[in-house]
Amino acid sequence: MADMVQDGDQLVIGEYKLSSRLVIGTGGAANLAVLERALVASGTELTTVAMRRADAEGGSGVLELLRRLGIALLPNTAGCRTAAEAVLTARLAREALDTDLVKLEVHADDRTLLPDPLETLDAAEQLAADGFTVLVYTNDDPVLALRLEEAGCAAVMPLGAPIGTGLGIRNPHNIELIVSRASVPVILDAGIGTASDATLAMELGCDAVLLSTAVTRAADPEKMASAMRSAVIAGRLARGAGRVPQRFWAHASSPPR
Amino acid sequence: MEIQVNGQWREFPEGTTVAEVLDALGAARQGVAVALNGEVVRRGEWPDAVVPKGASVDVLTAVQGG
Repeated sequence: MADMVQDGDQLVIGEYKLSSRLVIGTGGAANLAVLERALVASGTELTTVAMRRADAEGGSGVLELLRRLGIALLPNTAGCRTAAEAVLTARLAREALDTDLVKLEVHADDRTLLPDPLETLDAAEQLAADGFTVLVYTNDDPVLALRLEEAGCAAVMPLGAPIGTGLGIRNPHNIELIVSRASVPVILDAGIGTASDATLAMELGCDAVLLSTAVTRAADPEKMASAMRSAVIAGRLARGAGRVPQRFWAHASSPPR
Repeated sequence: MEIQVNGQWREFPEGTTVAEVLDALGAARQGVAVALNGEVVRRGEWPDAVVPKGASVDVLTAVQGG
């Protein structure tokens, strides 16, 4: 099933081409062995990492794991509250990891972790002008999504629900509105709780799904990663297949007597 | 002189370079980046970049997250 979809159906973000439409975040995994099994089961080719102060022990080993698995790094700016902090973090990530990819996220507060739209837009403009391939975490706001695209973002990533809540896609219509007007990839980011949420994102027309908690904190991360892989493929196929219109009354599927 | 390294004040001789701060910290050289007073110092400049008195040096690396 996977091959049928993936052949020639690539996700193109700036100059990057990916066969998998599932982007995984590495946060929340109990340990690296669990993370490795989940990443392999997910089939992902792009995975987020966070930037933090280095201590003498020299990192958590996640870089070595991702390099060994041949998975591209998507450094994020999580923890930044201002555009200035996010721009510096992105530049440090580019220097440390030798990539121009960045997941721009500027959180307004710890309780909601919702994106601060003004700081996010400011940072997006600066980073795009500085040559970054910016994948931007944003509210499910169709107007803001367009503004971020105009600012030069290579992909817009609206939330389904706040980070880590597993509440699914709270405003599917807004996601459809964003998809209908975007000319860069739309990646549903945050809020995914289970496989049907990921399928819905793809059925709504999203180009990919980014999730972490739903897999890394599931009772069986490897099994959930496998479910998410299939879910994204199923949603992509269904979107392309063209669903039947919804009807109020029954419509017989057997011939009349 | 005192320099703030990853948020902690530490004593270094005058003329200390970014490379010498990294040595003192014991941090890995691969997969890390350095900011000096909020500006990125490129890897190739580490041996020559002198850290002024009272400066803040931040050494970052990638960890699980996102």
